[in-house]
Amino acid sequence: MSESQKAVAEARNDVKMETRNVNIFYGANQAIRDVDLDITDRSVTALIGPSGCGKSTYLRALNRMNDTIHSCRVEGRILLDGENIYDRGVDPVEVRRRVGMVFQKSNPFPKSIFDNVAFGLRIGGEKDKDVIAQRVEESLKGAALWDEVKDRLQSSALGLSGGQQQRLCIARCLAVWPEVILMDEPASALDPLATAKIEELIRELRERYTIVIVTHSMQQAARVSDFTAFFYMGELVEYGKTDMMFTRPTKKRTEEYISGRFG
Amino acid sequence: MRHTKQDWLLAGLTGVSLAVILLLLAVLLGQIFWHGAPVISAQFLTESPGADMISGGIWPAIYGTVFMTLLMTIAGVPVGIATAIFLSEYASPRSRIAKAVRIAVNNLAGVPSIVFGLFGLGFFIIFVGGGVDALLYDDPRPVWGKPSILWASLTLAVLTLPVVIVTTEEALRTVPRELRDASLALGATRFQTVYKIVLPNAKGGILTGVILAVSRGAGEVSPIIFCGAANFLPYLPTDLRDMFMHLGYHVYALATQSPNVDAARPTLFGTVLVLLVLTFSLNLLAVIIRSRSRAALRP
Repeated sequence: MSESQKAVAEARNDVKMETRNVNIFYGANQAIRDVDLDITDRSVTALIGPSGCGKSTYLRALNRMNDTIHSCRVEGRILLDGENIYDRGVDPVEVRRRVGMVFQKSNPFPKSIFDNVAFGLRIGGEKDKDVIAQRVEESLKGAALWDEVKDRLQSSALGLSGGQQQRLCIARCLAVWPEVILMDEPASALDPLATAKIEELIRELRERYTIVIVTHSMQQAARVSDFTAFFYMGELVEYGKTDMMFTRPTKKRTEEYISGRFG
Repeated sequence: MRHTKQDWLLAGLTGVSLAVILLLLAVLLGQIFWHGAPVISAQFLTESPGADMISGGIWPAIYGTVFMTLLMTIAGVPVGIATAIFLSEYASPRSRIAKAVRIAVNNLAGVPSIVFGLFGLGFFIIFVGGGVDALLYDDPRPVWGKPSILWASLTLAVLTLPVVIVTTEEALRTVPRELRDASLALGATRFQTVYKIVLPNAKGGILTGVILAVSRGAGEVSPIIFCGAANFLPYLPTDLRDMFMHLGYHVYALATQSPNVDAARPTLFGTVLVLLVLTFSLNLLAVIIRSRSRAALRP
């Protein structure tokens, strides 16, 4: 056991998700090869690696979003609180309510700000208007957007700036009370100021949620995450506490990537 | 920018073609309006035709056309939209069923409309109608197995089906994948995603396509010749099994079956004008809906 792995074992008080022997295929192409990874509860895990290394594919397997891609096949076990989310009889809809997702490109619905956040509640069967209004406010506050939009909740979400739209998507995700939030390069299309706000938000959300974030930016991974997993060519090369990974990586590949020699 | 000889030539050719088309359209519409407008009166629009078909009005034909168009829409459009939703949202891109349906739809779109008429006669009237008669009635006189507004409408519904399917599928495809993903990631089922996100966002495109298909169906004559349109029937259909008058068919009848073709000409032009106004207003409606739905997508 390497030093960083030991540190992980010590630091882990609670494992939220475990993946075992995960292989993911697109048709005949294998995108992910034998990935074993534990995701710690109420912490931020960053997935890094060069483009095409499979980190986004892996992320989308954690809430069964890959089910929507017809050619995609997932093998192995992905456990959420010890239960395999790919078991027969597990409803992917239920999985996605517990494991929310924020996408690379902000994708608000062409509806009002309020209706965007309320969407998940309404499709979940919530009818009580007071409950919905309260949850919308709480979620917008949770996503640090409330003060900017509280006076125009009924105007179109498409009128917001890029950074605000992405925080709206986070609020929309928070509204259904997920346990885990997956983020697929959530700040890659934003300017530095908006990115800083998102990163600050992620650090706050860590208190209550388990967050897995895919990022292209090494600095971002270093700033926001507690643990980092380095993917290369569909394989998990190294995983450890973020400060260890960035100061004393054990694998040569990791070091080369982190120091910017490739990728 | 430097213009070469070819540029000028191309610009000239396209300009001439445009002028020819505009001229043809202007002459056609001008002619119809010129001869047709004087005939239009309250009496013409609200009365039944006289025994000579020339005097009186065309109300039964207007009523029949509108009634048939409504029936056709009710029968065909939901099926078409449902098929398009299946193809675009549920079927896997490599599914054999989806492929077969697509091929069938494309071929259906290329079938001449008179063939649909024969299909209506053979399938709806003789097979379905005749079958019902044989099952339910002892009487040798047909009850369902004869031309009627019901069978004509169903025949036209089949005719418009491919257009509805293709345009609806296209409209569904314009809804970005990101919106579907967002909805699914929030724990929406596939049905909720289609119903709450995809359909509302494709509404404008679907409506436009549906209206254009319906307006095409409303003006078709050849499929209904065998299936229920009547030459001369100066009362209104009150039952689905009644035959009916139709504006397009009335034009054909006036032009070819009238005892005095020359005397029928003003009535003929009046009828054409009414038919054009009906289909043009449907098209106009489609244009308005399309521009509105485009505006709605902007913030």
